[in-house]
Amino acid sequence: MNTASYPHAARMSLQNVSVEFDGQMALRDVSFDVGAGTLMGVVGPNGAGKSTLFNAIAGLLPVRRGKVTLHRVDQGGGALAYVPQRESVNWRFPVTAMDVVMMGRCCRLGWCRRPGKRDRELVDDCLCRVGLWDHRSALMTELSGGQRQRVFVARALTQEATVLLLDEAFSGVDAGAQEGLVEVLQTVRNEGRIVLLATHDLTNLAGRFDQVLCLNRRVCACGPPGEVFTSEVMEQLYGAHGVGLTIDGER
Amino acid sequence: MIEFLVAPLEYGFMVRALIGSVLVGVMCPLVGAYVVTRNLAFMGDALAHAVLPGMVLGFIVGINPAIAAVPTGVSVAVLVRIVSRRAGLSTDTSIGILFAAMFALGLVMLATSTTIRVDMEDLLLGQLLGISPTSIYVSLGITVTVILGLFALHHWLLFASFDPVGAQVLGKRTNIVDYLFLVMLALVIVIGIQAAGVILVMAMLVTPAATAYLLVRRFVSMMIVAAAIGTAAAVTGLYISYHFNLPAGPAMTLVASGIFALAVAFKRRAPV
Repeated sequence: MNTASYPHAARMSLQNVSVEFDGQMALRDVSFDVGAGTLMGVVGPNGAGKSTLFNAIAGLLPVRRGKVTLHRVDQGGGALAYVPQRESVNWRFPVTAMDVVMMGRCCRLGWCRRPGKRDRELVDDCLCRVGLWDHRSALMTELSGGQRQRVFVARALTQEATVLLLDEAFSGVDAGAQEGLVEVLQTVRNEGRIVLLATHDLTNLAGRFDQVLCLNRRVCACGPPGEVFTSEVMEQLYGAHGVGLTIDGER
Repeated sequence: MIEFLVAPLEYGFMVRALIGSVLVGVMCPLVGAYVVTRNLAFMGDALAHAVLPGMVLGFIVGINPAIAAVPTGVSVAVLVRIVSRRAGLSTDTSIGILFAAMFALGLVMLATSTTIRVDMEDLLLGQLLGISPTSIYVSLGITVTVILGLFALHHWLLFASFDPVGAQVLGKRTNIVDYLFLVMLALVIVIGIQAAGVILVMAMLVTPAATAYLLVRRFVSMMIVAAAIGTAAAVTGLYISYHFNLPAGPAMTLVASGIFALAVAFKRRAPV
């Protein structure tokens, strides 16, 4: 991809990254590269270190060894956007979809400045792009699981992030809404952004990713879905139960 | 009716009490909107008790107790985080331990001091009817500061309250915002206690905001409605206290609780 024409394009590389969590080595020597405009699925069983990997990339957990490098065109703030797991969001807090999308402007607004015309236009535009303009005044609690995820993607867009990290984005989202979310993420990817989506749900969407990182505390495989989902890799991921699993790698 | 409203205002102390109660009725619910939605009610309660050693220390070294109490409140709030993280305990448990320990420390300091006399009833119920002009000015200053602070930090506070992890990824400002909020909370509590006592401060921090939460949809509306309810409860409670010869703080608290009960009966918000 010619990154010069995409201000949000980025390239990310992890070299021998090891991360400790709760006194245990949760990730060991993780290395992979992601090019601009890549939709990457991070798959693995529960406890494989998917969230730990995202936390390390996002700077929420210290990297014990190794290095995370992000090369990007736009040098403004807010390069990384994190879409959290459902349980770490305070759903009791009464905000509308529009309020949440405006949060993406925080680092560009600074301390005391109020959102201007451009900020509001960008919020409107991003809500349209994820297909939620009609729901802009709905409280987050009134939206479905898939709609909430799309609001978070719109927030990442207003943030003008170059890398989107979605942790267990399919959790509590029905199959139709998962499909809709992947379509939105594909358009985001087409603008040169990197999208990493962690999931343990391999049923029908693994083939829609450009790249798949198979993680089980270390990298078991990384590459196009059609190449990585071999029976050996599935066994490394899921033990003996994984041997019989077959994943459709066609895009 | 006009006589009912005007009669108390013939006394200077009642005018001062009215101004003081309006200020407490505005500043506590504004901060309280965050306390309620961020599940910090227990933290507010703990801070209201844990500032006692700071206040006593202020008396001992001869500085304004409020000035000494604010750093104590902020230190306790920070300690709660540290203890939770290091001991792997829930925030509630850490608050419970520290709040009891700090309150006990304050009581021991009071008991061992030969020079300080603090009336526990004043601490609990406040001295709204005896509020001094200086306290009015301090409360006004704090109210204005808190309103400006909440305005300046609005977007970051919204982000950090709704999605703390996402906000943390966006920048280190989230931690600063959280600590600034705790400073504002401690300020409001300390000034509120001096004016109106622990019970009224807790009631004003939680009850009007919880009432507003049941009545309106968006957070900003919630803050405005909470401040309006707090003011209405404070003023109504003060008049009731004057005409029926009741203590002011508890009268205001009961009015605020009555409004909350009505809101529960006619609420529009579905449970989360």
